Amino acid sequence: MLTVDIQIHQPYAVTSPLDLHARFELPAGRCLGIMGASGSGKTTLLHSIAGLLSPASGVIRSHADVWFDAKQHIQLPPWQRPVGLVFQDGRLFPHMTVEQNLRYGMPVSEGQISLQDVVRVLEIGALLKRKPGQLSGGEKQRVAIGRALLRQPAVLMMDEPLSGLDDHLKQQVLPYIKQVIASFALPTLYVSHVREEVAEIANEVWVLAQGQLRQPV
Amino acid sequence: MWTLSPAELAIVLLSLKVAACCVLVLLLPAIGMAWLLARKQFWGHALVDALVHLPMVLPPVVLGYMLLVLLGRRGWIGSWLYEQFHIQLTFHWWGAVIASAVMAFPLMVRAIRQALMQVNPLLEQAAQTLGASPAKTFFTITLPLAYHGVLTGGILAFSRSLGEFGATITFAGNLEGETRTLPLAIYSLTQSPEGDAAALRLVILSVLVSVAALLVSQWLERRLLRSQR
Repeated sequence: MLTVDIQIHQPYAVTSPLDLHARFELPAGRCLGIMGASGSGKTTLLHSIAGLLSPASGVIRSHADVWFDAKQHIQLPPWQRPVGLVFQDGRLFPHMTVEQNLRYGMPVSEGQISLQDVVRVLEIGALLKRKPGQLSGGEKQRVAIGRALLRQPAVLMMDEPLSGLDDHLKQQVLPYIKQVIASFALPTLYVSHVREEVAEIANEVWVLAQGQLRQPV
Repeated sequence: MWTLSPAELAIVLLSLKVAACCVLVLLLPAIGMAWLLARKQFWGHALVDALVHLPMVLPPVVLGYMLLVLLGRRGWIGSWLYEQFHIQLTFHWWGAVIASAVMAFPLMVRAIRQALMQVNPLLEQAAQTLGASPAKTFFTITLPLAYHGVLTGGILAFSRSLGEFGATITFAGNLEGETRTLPLAIYSLTQSPEGDAAALRLVILSVLVSVAALLVSQWLERRLLRSQR
């Protein structure tokens, strides 16, 4: 269960000053889709949960683990938060093979999610020895999703993972994302600006607009 | 005619030893300074940047003299080194290493800094979300992606050291077998009336060593590129 109740204040955001309030609870196995126009703060929200940005106030908890609590001055750095964040542009490490990329975030102790499972579900077994430069856009995103999963995250967050792909590749990768959500039953946040895409993947879709994350009525 | 005399071989080996040690000595400080200048904003950034570049604009003899004042046997630090540990850097090949290291430092810092600035910070961000501390991120992502800069910096420092003259002769002296590297040996020979032929041999040798160093560096660079592809 991921509990988020935060205010974000970014006076120097790229497009315009950003004030954002987000409050939700996300149980395991649920996928919450977040829709919003560009500049509405979707990425900012995910980065705040991951610890890459600092909210102005509020609380972020995973079960009983407090990741952020403004009142108690608790703020775990990103590397201490078990999040699986899939970036829009994949961000695979170009000097490592696919397998090294996948293993990069694996904790030393054996986790719930194994390399074999991830390789099987995402069908990336044939790619393990390749470098990211030798992969297609769709393959890159599948590896990026696998890498995030092997971090053994308490929450999986995908930030427009399909937006860099053409329609044909999107249709190829989409089933894998659904399969990942069904197979690993993690609390999942799926962010996109395309309504059909979010609707197809998420259990419910909330909208981020005018600084508020809301369930549409 | 084209076999090396033992004296010539000793000069070449000394030059290579000094240049190799110069690169090794500089590696960590140059990476640290390059990272500081490329990635950190702090008060006095411009001043540190200027100080690092100083050896590029100062006459080498001036730097050699400054080293003498600092590290010479009666220098501020040098006298303490001698009293405490009996370490004397002047007239010792380590003195030649230090003189060329000071001259090569800005070259190495510049090359590594350029490479560090080209590393995509978003990849470092991704590493942190994958549980990597800043130190792990630096050693597994940033530095490997900036390897070509470290290599280029190393080659520049090596070449600079091979050619170093002014700071070395001022600080370390021109002592045969100890601090008389190729340029110093050539200079010494040109000072004696019968030295022209021997000087010419060393000049040719010097060119050969430099060309060999360049070829090795190109080979290293190609290997590195292949491994990163």
